[in-house]
Amino acid sequence: MKHTINLLVENNVGSLLRIAGMFSGRGFNIDSISVGSSEEEGLSRMTIVTHGDDEIIEQINKQLNKCINVVKVFDLTGEAFVHRELALIKVQATPTERSEIMQIAEVFRAKIIDLSPTALTVEATGTEDKINAIISMLQPFGLKEVSRTGRIALKREFQGVTV
Amino acid sequence: MLVTSSPEVEKSATDEKMVAPQILTGAEIFLESLVREGVDTIFGYPGGALISLYDYLFKEKRLRHLLVTHEQGGTHAADGYARATGKPGVVLVTSGPGATNTVTGIATAYMDSIPMVVFTGQVPSHMIGNDAFQEADILGITRPITKHSYLATNVEELADIIHKSFHIATTGRPGPVLIDLPKDMLASKTAYFPAVEIDLRGYKPTVKGSFKQVRNAAKFLQGAKKPVVYVGGGAILSDAAAEVTEFARKLNAPVTTTLLGLGAFPETDDLSLGMLGMHGTWYANKAVDECDLLIAVGARFDDRVTGNLEKFSPHSKKMQIDIDPSCIGKNVPVDLPIVGDIKSVLEELNPVLEKCESDAWLQQIAQWKKEHPLRYSKSNDVLKPQQVIEELSKVTEGNAIIASDVGQHQMWIAQWYKFTQPRSHLSSGGLGTMGFGVPAALGAQVACPDRTVVGIVGDGGFQMTSMEIATAVRYNIPVKFIILNNGYLGMVRQWQELFFEKRYSNTHLNPSNPDFKKLAESYGAWAMQVKTLDELQDAFEKMMTITDRPVVLDVIVDQQEKVYPMIPANGSFENIMEAEE
Ligand SMILES: Cc1ncc(C[n+]2csc(CCOP(=O)(O)OP(=O)(O)O)c2C)c(N)n1
Ligand SMILES: [Mg+2]
Repeated sequence: MKHTINLLVENNVGSLLRIAGMFSGRGFNIDSISVGSSEEEGLSRMTIVTHGDDEIIEQINKQLNKCINVVKVFDLTGEAFVHRELALIKVQATPTERSEIMQIAEVFRAKIIDLSPTALTVEATGTEDKINAIISMLQPFGLKEVSRTGRIALKREFQGVTV
Repeated sequence: MLVTSSPEVEKSATDEKMVAPQILTGAEIFLESLVREGVDTIFGYPGGALISLYDYLFKEKRLRHLLVTHEQGGTHAADGYARATGKPGVVLVTSGPGATNTVTGIATAYMDSIPMVVFTGQVPSHMIGNDAFQEADILGITRPITKHSYLATNVEELADIIHKSFHIATTGRPGPVLIDLPKDMLASKTAYFPAVEIDLRGYKPTVKGSFKQVRNAAKFLQGAKKPVVYVGGGAILSDAAAEVTEFARKLNAPVTTTLLGLGAFPETDDLSLGMLGMHGTWYANKAVDECDLLIAVGARFDDRVTGNLEKFSPHSKKMQIDIDPSCIGKNVPVDLPIVGDIKSVLEELNPVLEKCESDAWLQQIAQWKKEHPLRYSKSNDVLKPQQVIEELSKVTEGNAIIASDVGQHQMWIAQWYKFTQPRSHLSSGGLGTMGFGVPAALGAQVACPDRTVVGIVGDGGFQMTSMEIATAVRYNIPVKFIILNNGYLGMVRQWQELFFEKRYSNTHLNPSNPDFKKLAESYGAWAMQVKTLDELQDAFEKMMTITDRPVVLDVIVDQQEKVYPMIPANGSFENIMEAEE
């Protein structure tokens, strides 16, 4: 099963290396990993998407907790959480194709952020499904380059009322 | 958490409050911080990146530096020092090759959770990454085999990093920590503030077991008729031998230990089953196979213990106490886990324990011990390796510190030396590092000058680090070494005999083994070759009288002898092979 794990880690390269090394050394999967600064100075927030059976996921959580430079581990799976991914997609586009691509972008609430005589770059945010969908739609025009951030996530603040 | 310090240091610290802080170099801060941590011994080897630090060491009187002969030996010596005392072993080596030579020793300590702090010299900060002379990315190389590591580029942070490292190395599940020291940092100066508040937000090991779980445990243990306590290295690391012993006696349960758990429970006690696992006793393995309750105390269900996981202890409810949550339920599902330090958990649990109705079980076990004892056949023509260990156990009354190397001799030590005290059996269990025995014994003897310390090694492994005899001679360390010389890489030979139709591929050593007596004597050690029981007894008597240099006994033993019982890899109790009667 897919798990989204949110970490607060010390803000240095060592943290990333230790965590990535732990995953590879123990044969755990990384579907995506994204890291950037957090609300607190000196700490980064990292979102790791991984998969495995319950025992493996339990080990992953425990091993992450063991890393000295990991301050907090929250496995968001099973809780309500919001998540997004950002993608930049550079598509081949002749001037005649442009408007069609722009229409597609509009449907996905994506933006055109760069334009050249032969290509344009689309910025899309959303769930992985949505990003996959827009990429498939743009594929026929010819994808020049695609860059995706991987998932970032936060726990939903209001978890709703259970009746 | 405040760094602990001796009263004198405390005093000087308060004195310092009145005067302006001292301006010290990184090298001086390094030494001050070590003294503050209570370090008395450094195992090290100098080089370009550390030459200025070594100049300060030259004048330093508060701690001693032992020049080892190879950096690998330095790490194993520090490891032996740590295993024998519980204090962290400290290693200091230069950059590049000095640092890379420590890798095996660090990995060995990591696998067995041994507290160690390794300082490596590094090229000046501005040259890092330039492929400078004697540069190695030692942090990168050792990241998977250290509990944590630091690059100390900023002299202002050095004291803090050192104290954090000692804290990390020695608390929770212990382990090695590495600190990389760039040369320019060691030379730069800063105001030194000795009192340090350790703040590690990501590191708060659980020491006390949860009150509720301990209560649950007391209930969980009730009603068992066939309990077994399975004790691992965690009990030794936690200094919990007394608590483990009380636990087993109160519960009226037999105790088996892992290789690293030996010494946590006196083997002279009727409740002792000796070691379990691949080369464990028949009755320990039988008891684990049949028990209805298995209590793992600081043990991690390693594959050398469990064999085939599906068939391991199939009838038992399981309880596990460990300080490392990631060890709990990793290989074997556990019905009642307690996360915490063994000593502190047992201190809570022992007073509320109830005795099990296990008398019939203990009688059954006594019967098994009679029917399936550890055994070997003596011969008039050649010494048996087991006999050598048995003799030594008698001569030293089970009170020596025994460091082993890796191979057949290691298993014979575990089987035949009757350990009565914790921190007396030093062995590389997790990594199984040949070359560990000689330097580890040396380190233990340095740490415990009043104990008899014997390194028992194979003729193969001895030659991986035998140069540390020079270190023992250099400092008049009267550590004893016994080479169980069977002319083979015996453990591999045993597998070849049993599982590869006696094709002895690359395991015969005799044609090229040196004359170990001459080799040892050339270093300045006292040495003797031994072939008979009389000579052995004579040699033991003489070696005990030597107090000013190392001793090497080259004991020629049966080449064919095998370690039994044996449960082949991934097998289970039904596959156990015993020695012929
Ligand atoms: C550094 C290292 N290399 C290889 C091995 C594999 N190995 C395990 S036991 C053994 C044989 C050891 O021979 P010896 O030291 O003579 O001891 P004996 O088994 O004969 O008692 C070998 C090669 C190892 N454990 N460590
Ligand atoms: Mg041998």
